[in-house]
Amino acid sequence: MRLIFHYIRPYRGRMALGISIKLGGTVVELLLPYILAHIIDDVTPLGELKPVVLWGFLMLVCAFFAILGNVVGNRMAAAVARDTTRTLRHELFQKISYLSNRQLDGFTIPSLISRMTTDTYNIHRMVGMMQRIGIRAPMLVVGGVLVTMALDPALALVLTAMLPIILAIVFLLSRRSLPLFDRLQQSSDRMVRVVRENTSGVRVIKALSRSEGEKERFRQVNRQVMAAENQANMVMAASKPAMNLTLNLGLVLLMLVGARRVNAGLSGAGTITAFLTYFTIILNAMISITRVLTMWSKALASAGRIQAVMDVSDEFRSRPSEEGQRDYPCIVFHQVNFSYGGKSPALRDVSFSLNRGERLGVIGPTGAGKSTLCALLLRFYDVDSGSIWVDGREVSAWPLEQLRAKFGVVLQNDLLFKKSIGENVRMGREISEEEIRQALKNAQADFALESGQDAGLAARGVNLSGGQKQRLLIARALAGRPPVLILDDSSSALDYQTDAKLRQALQQEYGETTTILIAQRVSSVKHCDKILVLEEGCVAGLGSHDQLMGCCPLYQEISRLQMGEEESA
Amino acid sequence: MKDRRFTILRLCRYLLRHKWGLLLALGLTVGSNLLALLGPELCGKAIDAMEPGPGKVNLELVSYYAGQMALLYVVSAAMGYALNVLMIAISRKVTYQMRQDIFQRLGGMPGGYFDTHATGDIISRISYDTDTINGSLSADLVQIFASAITIVVSFYKMVTLEPRLSLIFLFTVPLSAVMTIRITKRNQPLFRLRSRKLGELNGFVEEMISGQKTLKAYRQEKNTLAELDGFNDQAVDSYYQAEYSTAVMGPSVNFINNLSLALVSVFGAILHMRGQMTVGGIGSFVLYSRKFSGPLHELVDMFGEFQSSLAAAERVFRIIDQPLETADRPDAAVLDQPQGAVTLEKVCFGYDPQRPVLKQVSLEVGSGETIAVVGPTGAGKTTLINLLMRFYDPDSGKICVDGKEVRNLTRASLRRAYSMVLQDAWLFYGTIYDNIAYGRPDATRQQVEAAAKAARIHDFILSQPQGYDTILTDDAANLSKGQKQLLTIARAMLMDSPMLILDEATSNVDVRTEQLVQQAMGELMAGRTCFVVAHRLSTVKNASRILVVREGGLAEWGTHQQLLEKKGAYWEMYRAQFG
Repeated sequence: MRLIFHYIRPYRGRMALGISIKLGGTVVELLLPYILAHIIDDVTPLGELKPVVLWGFLMLVCAFFAILGNVVGNRMAAAVARDTTRTLRHELFQKISYLSNRQLDGFTIPSLISRMTTDTYNIHRMVGMMQRIGIRAPMLVVGGVLVTMALDPALALVLTAMLPIILAIVFLLSRRSLPLFDRLQQSSDRMVRVVRENTSGVRVIKALSRSEGEKERFRQVNRQVMAAENQANMVMAASKPAMNLTLNLGLVLLMLVGARRVNAGLSGAGTITAFLTYFTIILNAMISITRVLTMWSKALASAGRIQAVMDVSDEFRSRPSEEGQRDYPCIVFHQVNFSYGGKSPALRDVSFSLNRGERLGVIGPTGAGKSTLCALLLRFYDVDSGSIWVDGREVSAWPLEQLRAKFGVVLQNDLLFKKSIGENVRMGREISEEEIRQALKNAQADFALESGQDAGLAARGVNLSGGQKQRLLIARALAGRPPVLILDDSSSALDYQTDAKLRQALQQEYGETTTILIAQRVSSVKHCDKILVLEEGCVAGLGSHDQLMGCCPLYQEISRLQMGEEESA
Repeated sequence: MKDRRFTILRLCRYLLRHKWGLLLALGLTVGSNLLALLGPELCGKAIDAMEPGPGKVNLELVSYYAGQMALLYVVSAAMGYALNVLMIAISRKVTYQMRQDIFQRLGGMPGGYFDTHATGDIISRISYDTDTINGSLSADLVQIFASAITIVVSFYKMVTLEPRLSLIFLFTVPLSAVMTIRITKRNQPLFRLRSRKLGELNGFVEEMISGQKTLKAYRQEKNTLAELDGFNDQAVDSYYQAEYSTAVMGPSVNFINNLSLALVSVFGAILHMRGQMTVGGIGSFVLYSRKFSGPLHELVDMFGEFQSSLAAAERVFRIIDQPLETADRPDAAVLDQPQGAVTLEKVCFGYDPQRPVLKQVSLEVGSGETIAVVGPTGAGKTTLINLLMRFYDPDSGKICVDGKEVRNLTRASLRRAYSMVLQDAWLFYGTIYDNIAYGRPDATRQQVEAAAKAARIHDFILSQPQGYDTILTDDAANLSKGQKQLLTIARAMLMDSPMLILDEATSNVDVRTEQLVQQAMGELMAGRTCFVVAHRLSTVKNASRILVVREGGLAEWGTHQQLLEKKGAYWEMYRAQFG
């Protein structure tokens, strides 16, 4: 509610104008039955044709202004809805873009996607409809009542007596349906998730011949959606007949009261006829209102879900501090502790430092916290305790933008986008075509040079092999020659020849670049200046290959396993 | 135009599955509207009873009519409610069925479809487009029924009341019909555009929100936002265009109705002056004319929505019409207790026929052999697997399992003969247990745990808050790549198929774990035909044969020793690794 008004506010002038125009159109429309009553009660008794035609002509004029006002009003309403939605989507996406990873994990990706799509769409529809019908219909009701007041106040009271009942119905029904629509949206999130999983895992599903099982799974979520929808709609289904009945019973009452008034000479039969017309107008308006009501309940549920995202406070606030100094080491971890949302700690008391131009290898078993290290360095998350320093400043003291600009990264589960190869490598940075070519070359992505930078990729790069994807991702990290490179397990899909060439290129071309190399194989990291060995979030060893071979049992073991394997080859 | 008619026809086919429900709905509609339509007549009679004026009103008669009206409206409202409930039930079933059909189709399509179609767009079709149709069906269909009846009956009533006065409608009705049709025609492409642009926006949003972490690392928040604005602008603009264009419709029809009212008033007054019509008569007539035009207005209003439903339906049907994987042959045999001997005969294949990936590949693999496939990235290793699993069929040549050509086998039985571990570990939202038991839902708890132990992931699972019942959320974001991989290995272990495909299965597993997994793999591989795609030569050297793939063909094959002695491509690769 608050959210919707917030986004409409900038357009309130235009909206007010649009509504006024529409209002004008509606008011002249309401005059029509009034004129009708006048013709029957006052003009016909005169028995002259001319005034009848004259009044008839006046009705035509009113009808003309009605159409004019309504068309212009509707169009302005559509424009307001458009602009409101545009801003809302823009700001929601912006908000999502700047959510911290912890917040992203909390909302979950599919749910954010549906908030960005379904929910904004619901609001778009609602804002348009509210202005077109939501204003017109109540206006017709209110206007109808007012005109009837002028015709015969006593009879009008009968009409007005019905309105509180109707309002109560509206209120009760929408209050009951709101949580139902919310639940509907949740179940529809679940459905979207199943579809997403099925599109991404189509090969596995086919391989395991689980298509039937997936169909069953989908059937279940589909059922849930259906059931939720049913509940919500059933509530709304009562609204129209209930309103109809209330109004019609009002009509009956009107007849009874009207007859007595006519009998007492307080009212005319023509007035009753006009009343009937107003009644129908009001009835039709009410029917429109019920339609808006469903939309309204849906949109309110959606607005609530969007609001939940908007209300999240920025998790990271950068504290400005003094400039970093050159003589500090490039990267320092000082007694860092970190856990992902209440689970067992992912990093425990990790400390190390890395000088400019040095290469750090990080090695350790699956789940030891290697990737967490780089997530913290990029400030995807904030540490629980301890501190991380980059160029002599704590990461929390850097503006995020500046901090992340220092890094060229290949993440685990990194993505390619549905854009050209060149754009995927450039990633919106100011990098010349020549530099991209160079980066592709160094990343051993010769295939990309052959197909050209303009060659398009499918979403997630699904039209490439695993090795091709990795090389493009590496090229992305290398391009622009950032001061620090972080390669998180970025060459696992490369064959040895390519991997060797890549390592060589890195050595020659990026020797001055501070590099963090996360890997699973000793051979990948053994030439690094320093090697950090992690085990279950703790530092199990730190030093050069030779030092670690001397003192770190875990490193020795990994090395022995791997080298032993290679020697026996 | 023809397309549109076809779309409507197909929508109707969905509806006709519920023909009894529809029939009942029709009955209810007719009933409740007829009853409601008696109202104005009773009103007219009541007014006529008041007509004589002060002191002469027949109050008894008025009360009598009023009582009839009350009864009538109550029954009509009850029927109206029943009708709404019924229609919601029907349209819900239709949407449900439509979603089932889309999903059914998705499951049967060749894997390549998903490589070229944005997930967001697919989701958009299965959720909103069906939703749009749903909304339109339940709300509009009832209304269309109701309106049609109201229009016909009220017109009939008007004719019986005063035929001369109803001549007015012979002029105004065709006028609004012509106008509606013209506007509708103009709008259809706008609505189509609107659906398409929304689909594009959703596709973009899906891709970008999924890639949030990458975008952040490269500080692309601003650029992505700018791109979003582009899609967003197009989506809201096309929405606006459609609205702008339909905005004329409702008011125009209203205008014609008001025109009718003006004409009725004037001519009614004239008739009244000549003593040919009572005031009550005019009242009834006006009421009927309102009844007549009210739904007409509603109908037109709905037309806009109906148009967007049609556009949505088109998109839904387009996905339902996608070609499926070529069906199993009608006489396809079930591969029963396969031994696991595989032969390839002069197999040629390319995703794009112009650019063959495999050229004339022939190969004979005995049951229980382990075949390692090595070669540079992009040489066709994964393609070979795609052909073995029949994700694709070869362009020429043939593939046989146990001497039976795979084309003559059912896909399900062929695929069941393989278990597969791929480089990209795929896990779904569900418990760890369900993820492991995915390929064999009938497995016992012990079997699942045994598989997890064999894959060396049991201890990790137990360390999770709910053990095997821990739910993997969202792309299993809470697991590392290696852990995900181990889960899929456990899944394959549980499958216990005679043939095994490992496509870079251990590339994400750290060396120490790999060592452990290798032992388990050894057990798993024993006695099975295995295809192992790998670039770590160390993981393939124990294979009974090694195939070296290079630029679309077999460069050479043999045992590790033979290939080293040959000093060919394999030897070169080996040197590059350890040199």
